[in-house]
Amino acid sequence: MFGRAQILPLSRDAASRFLPWLIAFMVWLAAMAMAAVMALSAMSGDWRQGLTGTLTVQIVPKGDEPADVMDARVAAALALLRRTPGIASADPIPHSRVLELLEPWLGRDAMAGTIGLPLPRLIDSQLIPGAAVDTGALGAALSAAVPGAALDDHGLWLERLIALANAVEGIAFAVLALIAIVAVATIIFATRAGLAIHHQVIELLHLIGARDGYISAQFQWQAFWLSIKGGIAGLALAAATLAALGYLMGQIEAGLLPPLSLTLWQWVSLSSVAICATAISVLTARLTVISAIGRMP
Amino acid sequence: MADGDEVIRFQNVGMRYGLGKEILHDVSFRLNAGSFHFLTGASGAGKSSLLRLMYLAQRPSRGLVTLFGHDIATTPRRELPALRRRVGVVFQDFRLIDHLTALENVALPLRIAGASQDQIDEHVPELLRWVGLSEHLNARPPTLAGGQKQRVAIARAVIARPHLLLADEPTGNVDDSIAMRLMHLLEELHRIGTTIVVATHNQPLVSRFAHPRLHLADGELLSFPAASPTTQPAPSLTSGATD
Repeated sequence: MFGRAQILPLSRDAASRFLPWLIAFMVWLAAMAMAAVMALSAMSGDWRQGLTGTLTVQIVPKGDEPADVMDARVAAALALLRRTPGIASADPIPHSRVLELLEPWLGRDAMAGTIGLPLPRLIDSQLIPGAAVDTGALGAALSAAVPGAALDDHGLWLERLIALANAVEGIAFAVLALIAIVAVATIIFATRAGLAIHHQVIELLHLIGARDGYISAQFQWQAFWLSIKGGIAGLALAAATLAALGYLMGQIEAGLLPPLSLTLWQWVSLSSVAICATAISVLTARLTVISAIGRMP
Repeated sequence: MADGDEVIRFQNVGMRYGLGKEILHDVSFRLNAGSFHFLTGASGAGKSSLLRLMYLAQRPSRGLVTLFGHDIATTPRRELPALRRRVGVVFQDFRLIDHLTALENVALPLRIAGASQDQIDEHVPELLRWVGLSEHLNARPPTLAGGQKQRVAIARAVIARPHLLLADEPTGNVDDSIAMRLMHLLEELHRIGTTIVVATHNQPLVSRFAHPRLHLADGELLSFPAASPTTQPAPSLTSGATD
């Protein structure tokens, strides 16, 4: 005969107009922070995987040294490496590949003019997985046997890069925590405003026998719908932003920036931001209302 | 609840708001099921405060209050809503929800109690027709006259068949003819077994009905006269009165 009108007209409150926008913004920020964590985590993982278990030997040319003398030094270094226990392979990096590696930094035109420059010769060595190689002793042996040879196990570079990635990840997590705190504070503020606006109706419901959970359910449903709306909008915005960033990063010459790509599982994880925001909103609304009603006789 | 069972008991009850002065002092009385009392006294005598204690909107500062045999000081909070549902209240200011229709306002206690929509659809219009509002089922309170609002408030108070009905100045905002109609409505409810307390300072109205009075003056329960002889059978209070 008659419909079930909203007992507390919370949808007409000012908070119901601004809350979805605030939640959308917070979900967008949280999703971006989370995407940054995921990308950095994947990047540092790649770095670890790519550089752990490899050694690079650099042999610096000496002035106007003839090519055959340089080749002999490279061969001596290769021989030493190949007979070292724990080293699976040692191969010289072709001159053309060295030019390719330098090109992003010096430019194609510059590289065309550097052909005659004394570029170092590089040897790429792969370690046997799990093998322990004393890189300090190996470096000393190489320097003694091959003048101008230097061993780089990438340890220092890798350590600093991973430390940087970890620091940025930490900041991103801090941003996520801050966003969660701001979300909770916003919901508390909005819920308290609703409690104040509808105080008389809430008191009436309380006096005619409504349980605390019945009253808080009114606020919880409101928080649920507003958060879902805001969460979906924020996620859509985050997806668009990440797609745009991925496109822009793809336009940059290879090597300078890693590709920004997320797996399906990571996209699912990102969408959990909206679910978390909704859960936080509903729980915060419930606790705020229960706490306020608990002060009634 | 059978006639004669104790519905409410006050024993040496005192009440103050916050740190203010005491509003009620050493109030003691007992009401039995099926009784009808007027609660009289001048404005500011403490009638509304006493009613607030009776419908559990307030806790006493001291003394014992029991409702349906439960000491409200020791009853767990989770059990209080069930006690409140056994009490119907007609507030002095009606306390109707403006954005709900008369039907929805009256249905509120049923919805809170978890009644089905079918039950609501069956009982609420019927009760509103009984109080003479059949043409205003879908009207919202701001469009209703004072007497009509009062009848919606009474309908809401009795829709869930409360054992105790408390009415705070139910005739305060209506003219004499409507006041008499409302009182007869309460009489009807009393006849079907509802325990009723009507707070009023309308002495002429009280004198027209043969019901005992609880009289408050400056926060003290000064008199509790026995029922006057009348043509209508008044519930016996002699077993319930303690002062």
